[in-house]
Amino acid sequence: MIEHVTQAAYLAAAALFVLSLKWLSDPATARRGVGAGALGMVLAVAGTLLHPEIVGYGWILGALVVGTLVGVPLSFVPLTAVPQRTALSHAFGGLAAGLVGTAKYFLWLDEGELTGFRTFAIVMEVILGYLTCTGSLMAAGKLQEVIPTRPITYPGQNVVNLGLLGIAVAAGFALVVRPDWWFLFPVVIGLSLLFGVLLVIPIGGADMPTVISLLNSYAGLAAVAMGFVLENNLLITAGALDGSSGLILSIIMCRAMNRSFTNVLFGAFGQVQAKAAAAEERTYRSATPKDAAQMLELASRVVVVPGYGMAVAQAQHRVRELYDQLAKRGVDVRFAIHPVAGRMPGHMNVLLAEADIPYDHLIEVDDANADMAQTDVVIVVGANDIVNPAARSDAASPIYGMPIIDADKARTVFAIKRSMNPGFAGIENDLYYRENCLMLFGDAKAVIGDLVKEFTGEGGRLH
Amino acid sequence: MEFALWPMLFVFLLATFLGIEVIRGVSRLLHTPLMSLTNAISAIAIVGSLIIAGEQKSDLSTALGTVAVAASMTNIVSGFLITDRMLRMFRKPEAPRR
Repeated sequence: MIEHVTQAAYLAAAALFVLSLKWLSDPATARRGVGAGALGMVLAVAGTLLHPEIVGYGWILGALVVGTLVGVPLSFVPLTAVPQRTALSHAFGGLAAGLVGTAKYFLWLDEGELTGFRTFAIVMEVILGYLTCTGSLMAAGKLQEVIPTRPITYPGQNVVNLGLLGIAVAAGFALVVRPDWWFLFPVVIGLSLLFGVLLVIPIGGADMPTVISLLNSYAGLAAVAMGFVLENNLLITAGALDGSSGLILSIIMCRAMNRSFTNVLFGAFGQVQAKAAAAEERTYRSATPKDAAQMLELASRVVVVPGYGMAVAQAQHRVRELYDQLAKRGVDVRFAIHPVAGRMPGHMNVLLAEADIPYDHLIEVDDANADMAQTDVVIVVGANDIVNPAARSDAASPIYGMPIIDADKARTVFAIKRSMNPGFAGIENDLYYRENCLMLFGDAKAVIGDLVKEFTGEGGRLH
Repeated sequence: MEFALWPMLFVFLLATFLGIEVIRGVSRLLHTPLMSLTNAISAIAIVGSLIIAGEQKSDLSTALGTVAVAASMTNIVSGFLITDRMLRMFRKPEAPRR
């Protein structure tokens, strides 16, 4: 009887999870989606606690309290820190899967119940779980900048990485054939942990959106593998939903950079292009906030292109003030969002939403480009590669072929940047030397603040 | 014990296709909340962790299960809360202001 109650709760939870994601497709119903997901989770946990096999509740209760105490503060991080929080939670998800797989292996080993297939499922769960755990910790470290964000490479890196993974898989296969060779199990665990670290170390900050999406997918697949181990269809369903979500996001990110998975994972982007940086002094033009404000005032259509620099400078609220000033003067202001702007999918959208900018003013790359010739001013706020015209024209550029926002085709471009120094990727951006481009040097928050002051009359005066 | 491999593979296959269809419909606007929500949902790993921690078959499994419960619970709590917090910020398109 109890078993039926549990299964009914699982069934309802699975339905609620699907509805939850479905409702997320529209901002108007999205919050209902969160409610549905949370309700599904409560049902799943309650159904599990009814399980007759559960004999002790003390440890569970303690762990639930600890999880809540850690989880609540983690949900109140500033929105600029959302990418590292997300990476951290992938790490927790991977860890849980790895630990359950480990526990289950040794339990079944003692009971003599390890079959070849069970061992196979456990090995998959453990490899995916532990590599997701350390890989995500590395990603979180890079995003928090406690680990250098630039790619860390050494000769023969890919050979070493794939070799390690190969040994882990071989040890896993040996275990499937001889499940009682338990001494191989710690080898699989150790190599998976190590592989996760080595996989993410050579990946640079600009590729983080893809890496986070991929790790999201792995965390889901680890839950699926746990479902196969425990013969639990709810785990398989929910894990598969997470896995497919991560997969879709990774594909979108890769397309947005015109690169393949292999290239992101093994390409160590941004290391080799130190080349022509000092080759020639080229001329560029810069402008004062006052000049810029005058030009903005005369514009009828303005497009803002935000990038990671906006997040770093926490400039989104200043951007909103500028938007208000311009909108008040009848200027049509849009925000062109490139899929890989920022450090995770949708990063810019969330920051602009935080600054209370209506989401119907956010447009995608194709729409922005379609109207670019009629755009008077493009303001580039802390973005770089996604507006680099070399992606269209220079076949030798590492970003060649990447779909970009054609800021150079607007009548005037303001590029807000700290200096002419190319970012850590070291890719020279031709846009800054174009005739129609004016540099506004300084911290994004300060520069936009100065622009706003020009309009409100605190700084200079325009009216 | 009979191992229900094929039914599980069916569930996996169908759930993956369903997931791809549903998630393709999610607007790019909401990709960050999407990731934190799916992250919270995949903390369903708590189900397996609870069983391992609660059946108390060996000290090792109880300890590992307990840590896994805490890790999953962290994801559940922070995942749902932060998703809701982000979604509250997405404001409806405003009427033209004059």
